[in-house]
Amino acid sequence: MTLVAARSRQAPGSLSRARHRAGRWIAAGVMLVLVALAGVLIGQVFVDPGTVARIVASRLLGVSSVANDVQERIVWDVRVPRVLAGVIVGAALAIAGVVIQAVVRNPLGDPYVIGVTPGASLGAVTAIVLGTGIGSLGVAGAAFAGALLAFVGIVALARRGQGWAPGRVILSGVAIGYLLSAATYFLQIRATPAQLQRALFWTLGSIAGVGWMALPLLTAVVALGSGWLLLRAPWLDALAAGPELARSQGVPVGRFQAELMVIAALVTASVVAVAGGIGFVGLVVPHVARLVVGPAHRRLLLASLLLGATFLPAADILARTLLAPVELPIGIVTAAVGAPMFIAQLARDDRGAPA
Amino acid sequence: MSLDVNGITVRLGGQNVLTEVALSVPDGAMVGLLGPNGSGKSTLLRALWHALAPERGAVLVDGADVAALPTREVARRIGVLTQDDGTDARYTVRQVVETGRLPHRRLLGADDTPGDPVGEALRRAGAVEFADRRIDTLSGGQRQRVLAARTLAQATPVVLLDEPTNHLDLAAQHDLLALFRRLRVTVVAALHDLNLAATYCDELHLLDAGRLVASGTPDDVLTPERIGAVFGVAAAITTNPLTGTRAVHLGPRHETGSTS
Repeated sequence: MTLVAARSRQAPGSLSRARHRAGRWIAAGVMLVLVALAGVLIGQVFVDPGTVARIVASRLLGVSSVANDVQERIVWDVRVPRVLAGVIVGAALAIAGVVIQAVVRNPLGDPYVIGVTPGASLGAVTAIVLGTGIGSLGVAGAAFAGALLAFVGIVALARRGQGWAPGRVILSGVAIGYLLSAATYFLQIRATPAQLQRALFWTLGSIAGVGWMALPLLTAVVALGSGWLLLRAPWLDALAAGPELARSQGVPVGRFQAELMVIAALVTASVVAVAGGIGFVGLVVPHVARLVVGPAHRRLLLASLLLGATFLPAADILARTLLAPVELPIGIVTAAVGAPMFIAQLARDDRGAPA
Repeated sequence: MSLDVNGITVRLGGQNVLTEVALSVPDGAMVGLLGPNGSGKSTLLRALWHALAPERGAVLVDGADVAALPTREVARRIGVLTQDDGTDARYTVRQVVETGRLPHRRLLGADDTPGDPVGEALRRAGAVEFADRRIDTLSGGQRQRVLAARTLAQATPVVLLDEPTNHLDLAAQHDLLALFRRLRVTVVAALHDLNLAATYCDELHLLDAGRLVASGTPDDVLTPERIGAVFGVAAAITTNPLTGTRAVHLGPRHETGSTS
């Protein structure tokens, strides 16, 4: 190990690289705003942009609005909460994906693997099929309960002694996932056509029904979870080198992994309870973000948050315009767009699995 | 900072991997652990920083039981350099070395040490010129320097080295041990090369099948009889004309027999 004289090397391109980097963050922020604006402007009923602006301004700033009641309800009660729901749900699923991939140390980590998605599906479908006439609040409650129960089951299976076995999380997640899916399918076979339609729409996910009511709580959960994770990002980096190494650097690994899993489960369970089983966002967005900003977790979490918050409202615009006036479940769009992106990345990544 | 091992027994998979091992490492000493594969060197190192809990006995760092210290406090006292680790290939060298500062950082990320400990560690380990490269673009030797830099950045009074010279060429092996020697911290190193051990260590501990069979200065520990009994090779000892320390010459046992 030759001790090279200190040549504090300021790489010649480092300033322009920093500027380039800042440019990408700004571009991502602008994209998010543009998608959100498009989400408010686009819909089955045409409302001209000036009217939309006046409606939003009247609500936010108290400027008197000249729009009629119908336009007002379309924009303020349907489109705006829907776009906001897309932003929150997309961000939540993406950061949950980052966390789960870090804990199980496997590129396949997503909310499905920790049982949240299949558990929520079973809970929701049970409520839809058995609890005839149950409202959406009841379905959401059942989905939330199902998600957490499945998560607890997987944790119980994956825990070994006092430690976590990441490989076992995936294995028990897949096993319990299939088991719960079997139960969900069984219920769907016994369902009436109307119930089946509702169940199908739920399992594929939709942010149509989130509404103003659920948004404050959802935002609070996601903001708290993200904030905590951003503070803990350096620990996530240590964990990326393996549990033993993280421990040698002072990370209480067992407690930290448990903390991460509980946050990921609570955030995704809250989101999935109101939006259904939206797939692929939690899996794909972290991988795309990693390609752009690298593996260090503070940037990775922020980038995933931004990308997820942009991707889901964009997918939602497609879901409601592609076959208009028929609306597609958003899960179909996220999978149809996300899977090819994932495959393209696999093809690009000649270094092997995107670990 | 001194280390005291009070007769620890470690069991793994129902078997004693270490049996009643007792030794002490004085403050600032460089101590070598020797022994064939499976003799318990790595296990002993892992017990020293409480990655493993001994069945009986205790490890004291500066008089405090490591089992009773919080993980973070252990990491502020003891740094560990292993042969290799699972560091994500896409991290840059600087990012990897920065994780060494973790035990010194508060929740909001402020470091408790002024100056640039990461840059200093990179410089001392000779890793400055590839500080901004990704880990997966480095050679095995460069990678080992990065891990050494991370251990230096951790700035602990005790450093444990687990066969740190694997993957390194001859000059790099000497540079690495000389680097930690110069730090004047307490070092415990598991080593395969008896000559490196004789050159750099103040004291040696020889392990065989989980038991400590000899402890003392290199002159005391490295005898042809012991080397023959523990490693199963013939050995002759001379004096290294460059360093004045013991030089160990090895050969197959059936040809030369044991000589002194």
